[in-house]
Amino acid sequence: MRRPRLPLGSPFATLLLACSFALAGYAGVRLLEGDPVGVLLWFVGAALVHDLVLLPLYTAADQALVRALDRVRGPGARGGRELTGYVRVPAALSGLLLLVWFPLISGRVEDRYRAVTGLSPDGFAARWLLISAALFGGSALLLLLRLRRLRRLRRATKQRPPAVH
Amino acid sequence: MGRTHVTGPASAYGRAMPRPDRAPRLPTSPGFWRSPLRGPWLTSVLGLVLLAGITVLFVTGLVSYAAYNPDLSPVNDKTPGKGLLGFYLFAWPTGPHWLYRLTQGVHVTLGLTLIPVLLAKLWSVVPKLFALPPARSVSHALERISLLLLVGGALFEFTTGVLNIQLDYLFPGSFYALHFYGAWVFFAAFAVHVALRLPAALRNVRQLRSGREREAAELVSPRPAPPTVSRRGALGLVGGASLLLFATSVGQSLGGVWRRTALLAPHGGADPGSGPNGFQINKSAAYAGIRPAETGEDAWRLVVTGRTGTVRLARADLLRLPQHSAALPIACVEGWSTPDQWWRGVRLRDLAALVGYDTDPPDVLVESLQRHGPFRRAALRANQVADPRSLLALSVNGEILTADHGHPARIIVPAAPGVLNTKWVARLTFGDL
Repeated sequence: MRRPRLPLGSPFATLLLACSFALAGYAGVRLLEGDPVGVLLWFVGAALVHDLVLLPLYTAADQALVRALDRVRGPGARGGRELTGYVRVPAALSGLLLLVWFPLISGRVEDRYRAVTGLSPDGFAARWLLISAALFGGSALLLLLRLRRLRRLRRATKQRPPAVH
Repeated sequence: MGRTHVTGPASAYGRAMPRPDRAPRLPTSPGFWRSPLRGPWLTSVLGLVLLAGITVLFVTGLVSYAAYNPDLSPVNDKTPGKGLLGFYLFAWPTGPHWLYRLTQGVHVTLGLTLIPVLLAKLWSVVPKLFALPPARSVSHALERISLLLLVGGALFEFTTGVLNIQLDYLFPGSFYALHFYGAWVFFAAFAVHVALRLPAALRNVRQLRSGREREAAELVSPRPAPPTVSRRGALGLVGGASLLLFATSVGQSLGGVWRRTALLAPHGGADPGSGPNGFQINKSAAYAGIRPAETGEDAWRLVVTGRTGTVRLARADLLRLPQHSAALPIACVEGWSTPDQWWRGVRLRDLAALVGYDTDPPDVLVESLQRHGPFRRAALRANQVADPRSLLALSVNGEILTADHGHPARIIVPAAPGVLNTKWVARLTFGDL
């Protein structure tokens, strides 16, 4: 049985890609010189860990949040769902800071950090927690103000619930 | 048996094909991806931001590599096998004296700032990772392989950079080699991605600005979930995240009162000490293995070698030579830097004159008392030696150098990367390297 032939596609793109692979190969040979297995693991692993672990994890967390808020009574017509941002934004920002500064926050480089820089490695976790507290607290404050505004609006317009954007 | 299918159309329908209201289980199905945010507009906007940002990152990275003068001497070159990848190298200038402070501060701070944009961009295109068929044509297959280099390369570069500035040397090899060669692999994929996608990205942004939106465009979910945030809101979150990372790290490159604002950056917050020697340290004397016995007045001698032979100088001898001042920063490859410090000591060109280079200061090989560390030996180029602000410093801000800042003597050269400002100098060898 003859398999259907794969068409060439764009000749221009093919040429550009061949050029790109040649350059990547030239640099890649040098990149792999020291520890080929380790570097390959890191290079491919970075993409796999991001696409198959990190992204699904934060997506699942976000969906769980949306579903949980769906069961909550919200201030407007669309239920608790419209409160998502008040949790999502501080959680995302706090999580991002943890992701980027994990070595310092977790204290895993404590000894080297102290020895190399002469600085104290102790403050990072505390500062991250305080920033997170400020983010969640600020969000709670914004939510409170919004709920109060909505309540006042509702009282002013008597029965008519305010249209929520 | 076959008839049951006719009498039960609903169940047959349910078996034969996915019902539109049931979520497809596999990410290879476009309906699996339900966010109403995904679409050409978001991806194009994020892509254009990354195009500008990553171009600056790549250029400042190459500039930083040049700042080490790797073609001057093997001791400066952590990537001796670079071949043609060092084609652009040039003699690193000594002015403006804040040049490296600026380029490397931009490189690291911008890199941190772009992390949310990169993550958002990857999120916006993730359905394409799983799209079937795997290849519609040869060029499409090649492009998908290239995307692995693009995504893997971007994450590899950002991860090695972020780990290195936190002194977490998890990566498999020398940071310099990995980050430099990795950057070229990434750039190869980045350049072709830009060439193939930029026209569409510009078209998307222009089209959507004029209000004409394509309904069934690529990446748009065929069965979008109800929105919980607007596209503008999502972009605001990405921008806000970038702003947060920027605001909590830029202070380590500005110094002064701003350092306090760098709440999570490795060299943010407080200075390691107070007083004239209180500013930021790259490697402490203890970490470098410097023993007080070697640096004492009786033990330490600076050995200067050149055309006319070798001269040995005690610290007191150096103090009898003409003393000069220069206000220069320390700027580290890790992105942090200090404001100008007021250094005082002997000009490198005066030391060159001591050993026979009266009018034509040559290159110099500087050796430290340091026992280990990749830059315990470093070379400076003739233009750096000749600059009147280039000193073998004995004091800073009016006080004798502390051990952590290089006592008894250290190099300070305008615009040079921090590690080329060798501390605990033991030997200077003038001459062509």
